[in-house]
Amino acid sequence: MADTKVGPMSLSVAKDPSLMTGAIPAKDWMDTPAIFKPGNYCYPGKKEIAAYHGKNLPGKFGESRDWKVEEDDWKLPENWKEIIINGIKERLDKFRSFKIFMDCCVRCGACADKCHFFLGTGDPKNMPVLRAELLRSVYRNEFTKAGKILGRFAGAREMTFGVLKEWFMYFYQCTECRRCSVFCPYGIDTAEITMMAREILHLVGVNTNWILEPASNSNRTGNHLGLQPHTFKENAEFLLDDIETVTGVRLNSLNFNRKGAEILFVIPSADVFAEPGIFTFMGYLLMFEHIGLDYTISTYSSEGGNFGLFTNNELMKKLNGKIYAEAKRLGVKWILGGECGHMWRVLHQYMDTMNGPTDFLQVPKSPITGTVFENAASTKMVHISEFTADLIKHGKLKLDPSRNNHRKVTFHDSCNPARAMGLLEEPRYILKNVCNNFYEMPENTIREQTFCCGSGTGLNTGEIMDLRMRGGLPRANAVKHVHDKHGVNMLSCVCAIDRATLLSLMQYWNPDVEVCGISELVGNALIMEGEQVRETGLRSEPLEGMEG
Amino acid sequence: MRVLYSLAIVLALMLLAYTGVEVLPGGRTLFGVVLPWLAFVTFLFFFVAKIVDWAKSPVPFRIPTTCGQENSLPWIKQNKLDCPSTTAGVWGRMFLEIFLFRSLFRNTRAEIHEGPKLVYGSSKYLWLFGLMFHYSFLVIVLRHMRLFTNPVPFFVHALEFGDGFLQVGAPPIYITDLVFLGAVTFLFLRRVVLPAIRYISLPADYFPLFLIFGIGLTGVAMRYFFRVDVISIKTLTHGLVTFQFSAPLESISSLFFVHLFLVTTLMAYFPFSKLMHLGGVFLSPTRNMANNSRMVRHINPWNDPSIKPHSYAAYEDDFREFMVEAGLPVEKELEPKADENAPAASE
Repeated sequence: MADTKVGPMSLSVAKDPSLMTGAIPAKDWMDTPAIFKPGNYCYPGKKEIAAYHGKNLPGKFGESRDWKVEEDDWKLPENWKEIIINGIKERLDKFRSFKIFMDCCVRCGACADKCHFFLGTGDPKNMPVLRAELLRSVYRNEFTKAGKILGRFAGAREMTFGVLKEWFMYFYQCTECRRCSVFCPYGIDTAEITMMAREILHLVGVNTNWILEPASNSNRTGNHLGLQPHTFKENAEFLLDDIETVTGVRLNSLNFNRKGAEILFVIPSADVFAEPGIFTFMGYLLMFEHIGLDYTISTYSSEGGNFGLFTNNELMKKLNGKIYAEAKRLGVKWILGGECGHMWRVLHQYMDTMNGPTDFLQVPKSPITGTVFENAASTKMVHISEFTADLIKHGKLKLDPSRNNHRKVTFHDSCNPARAMGLLEEPRYILKNVCNNFYEMPENTIREQTFCCGSGTGLNTGEIMDLRMRGGLPRANAVKHVHDKHGVNMLSCVCAIDRATLLSLMQYWNPDVEVCGISELVGNALIMEGEQVRETGLRSEPLEGMEG
Repeated sequence: MRVLYSLAIVLALMLLAYTGVEVLPGGRTLFGVVLPWLAFVTFLFFFVAKIVDWAKSPVPFRIPTTCGQENSLPWIKQNKLDCPSTTAGVWGRMFLEIFLFRSLFRNTRAEIHEGPKLVYGSSKYLWLFGLMFHYSFLVIVLRHMRLFTNPVPFFVHALEFGDGFLQVGAPPIYITDLVFLGAVTFLFLRRVVLPAIRYISLPADYFPLFLIFGIGLTGVAMRYFFRVDVISIKTLTHGLVTFQFSAPLESISSLFFVHLFLVTTLMAYFPFSKLMHLGGVFLSPTRNMANNSRMVRHINPWNDPSIKPHSYAAYEDDFREFMVEAGLPVEKELEPKADENAPAASE
């Protein structure tokens, strides 16, 4: 839990002088240094893990070494400035987005109060415009005529160690949620700028362990938790016992690494391991059994989530490559993906480009309804919510939504499915069919305007809890609104990181609200063949009318 | 400081032009002919160069920001403008963005209250004044085409007529003149009054505002207060585009040269500044791409085929014994153990 208790925190966010509460900073932002203290930074990557990535992708992860964020010597390579400037140059040449976003901002400020980190901290450098200026100022100094000639007048400044510290602080207080880019008149996407900055920081070995270690696990064991194949299988199978206890049905269809299956099912690995993700996983399995789906789960490609996305595009590609490689090896027809946010950013916007083409797969076709998923004709990968919504629409699921009557449900649009995919209606359609009490949060906090959980992009690490609780405040506040108004007690989502981070966030700000994946509610509502009278939901909580 | 600095520069520019034409021999030719031409060429060359430079960098990934429902199942209504999946949709989205400032229209204002409680209010002022500023600027530029054309095209007459329809004053007051000065004033006041906006503002934000305000003010002064010799001015301006430099420069008021010099400065400054958002808005990948990345494969020209995933074979080599023991299928069976007593692989 967070270091600061919720009472003092509540006072602090609303009262402490900050740009959010109307106080004007005394010093210009260029003259305000980033100061690290325990709780406001993520721990740096362990030496051997940085070395492992460096071995796999030479040059992309800098020199591996032990270093401490609070110390004044980060043991950077002697030519670190040169590496950084060259890193910027290289990316300007590779990404048009980067060039345009460096040149076009007029500082209109429309983005300023759209960032959850700014709303929760009031720190001026958490306004997306200033976050970008941290990098833009150096860009101007090195790459623009105005910056070279006019210097600070044109908003230019030199690359210094102080600037590097600022970058490490504020590009790790951005969760690449893209909310600001919805409001920007030029579509400037801070996620893109943060990605560039993080790529560049990794070049000089400035990194965080909470990203590097899961990425290295994903590479070697297939999933970010580092579960080895037998453990992964055992964990998943263990859940069959729980399902049997709740439903009285022993599922037979769960299987792993099976060649010739029709569909490869890829999940965020937390769904087989941690609450409340495991309940989501039970929901998937119940539904697959219910419709008799011919699927398999791979232990080799057991992580849909992609921690490479938080380092550089090379590692993202490398980790993502497993999915197609495994689909090919197993000879499946197409791929189905579980509920995960940034996983779907990669699957939807990057995978086919990086690791396609997929001539060995077929255009996804639901074997149950015959629906052809034309929108996935090239990547051959379908979102579980698209798949489930189609099943419900065709009446292929026997559902008893009253089994979710003990839940008053709201839906959190996860950033990436909302703003990098447009998956808005499918989960809502499912919810309206599997539960009777569904309430939307206020319109400025959902759909394309949804607020991040505050801990995405590898920030869901324990050492920055205060920061996470502040960053998650806008989301928690909107949940509190529907909790107070409608008695909402369940926050549903389609993201594994959400299922982990919203849990801490709710425990902190709204302790009466629980968190679940959509598929858990589907699992509760599904009427399975041969089932016993359901007295509890998948997490063994009593159903309405069964409390006695 | 930043405000005064920028204001001082614009005032200095005005003074420079004024003394230049009053004192300097040949100053009128310099400020009336040479510098405007140089600035115009600079503007054109560097504007195009910037666009070419942007275009030279590829768009490796398809990264639209989706602001509405995707195209998925046929019975789910897609938001074709905020989340387009076709070229036509993208055109629609870009039209709304460029001509109606669609994204800015979404603007909200967040406040934090005790509780804590966050509230979001609608905030359309920036959108409204931004739109007023840009459109009145456009109309004013088009109206000025009367100075560069002979005969004057019909649309310029139409604009002048529409713009002056109030029929107040002599000469009739143009509505766009008022809107323009009002909107620039608003955009400036917003920058100095709102704490967050003041904090992010650079001299490079105030300078163009003062410059543009100065252009507007000198223009208005010439039209409504200090009458200038329009015939001579037109001879000069028309001469600029037809390369006939025979205008009686001495009979043109210095005020005109101040106005012209500010426009000259704006043209020369434009391609090196944030004003290039004029070009950038067309090229922004989060807006001008269709959200069809799962439907149509997007090609990254620098995609590196040598980056391969950690192979399944290596994975199985790592974990084969565990996999066999757990009943997971393997590609390569375990080698028969040479020594029955060999220690099992440790976890």
